[in-house]
Amino acid sequence: MANNTNTRKGLLGTKLGMTQVWDADNNVVPVTVIAAEPNVVTQIRTAETDGYTAVQIAYGSIDPRKASKPAAGHFAKAGVTPRRHLAEVRTDDISGYEVGQELSAEVFEAGTVVDVTGTSKGKGWAGVMKRYNFRGDDHSHGAHRNHRKPGSIGACATPGRVFKGQRMAGRMGGDRVTVQNLHIQAVDAEKNLLLVSGAIPGPKGQLVFVRTAVKGA
Amino acid sequence: MQTLDAVDAASLRSDVPDFRVGDTVKVHVNIIEGSRSRVQVFQGIVLKRQGDGVRETFTVRKISFQVGVERTFPVHSPVIDHIEIVSRGHVRRAKLYYLRDLRGKAARIREKR
Repeated sequence: MANNTNTRKGLLGTKLGMTQVWDADNNVVPVTVIAAEPNVVTQIRTAETDGYTAVQIAYGSIDPRKASKPAAGHFAKAGVTPRRHLAEVRTDDISGYEVGQELSAEVFEAGTVVDVTGTSKGKGWAGVMKRYNFRGDDHSHGAHRNHRKPGSIGACATPGRVFKGQRMAGRMGGDRVTVQNLHIQAVDAEKNLLLVSGAIPGPKGQLVFVRTAVKGA
Repeated sequence: MQTLDAVDAASLRSDVPDFRVGDTVKVHVNIIEGSRSRVQVFQGIVLKRQGDGVRETFTVRKISFQVGVERTFPVHSPVIDHIEIVSRGHVRRAKLYYLRDLRGKAARIREKR
């Protein structure tokens, strides 16, 4: 499949929250609503100048005075007001795009399969049971103050150390997470909303990156 | 006012009658068998109403061949053709779970005057 041309599309948006809708067969579908107020094309990467083809899109309002000088210059070159977020969609099909063009939720149609990338909710310092689904120890039967402990973390004098990568307690969440193969249940062109079936990472108000599924339909 | 009220508004039905817990209702349910579609009636006492907005559901209990049957519907489900109120009941609870332990005459509900 290496010679398949990649025509992926992408949009930046904000997670608004979850609700439910009914599909054509009257089944309840849990959906996440993503607001994708116009994205704008700020740059087009071509094989001649950049060595690869991609579309750079920008999203989110920002006080123009707060944009850094390099960013302000980059947006001025594209002829658009500064935006808060930038992202690149790698695609072989750049013919339909031009700098300054606005992209709405209609980039995707209902039924498309997409991958959604976001930052997961921060859980703070978490123990191994929550972080790695360790079993913990018994609640009774003589268990003493080790109910949520990991148990053994390695052998004794050989190797005489704890192996790198040993799963232990620590900061959990706040990671970049991609959920693959979610269906777009509906597209509201008027309000620029995407209704994606299922859950996506992060809290409400989270920046998310919606792209055509890499593993296809 | 919640963020997604505008999204939910499309799924809400406007033809839901104002029925309450304790009422006896006939729920006319659309049933699709292959290409044919028919309406089935489920009649019983409203045991509870739960949730809010598009997520609101209600449970109807009836006795079918001496066996208690409960069915829960989303209030705004498109599966429901229409809801008919047979009688209004006078009850002093929001959830009538106690009816599950009663049968026959004891499981009756006083009608609202």
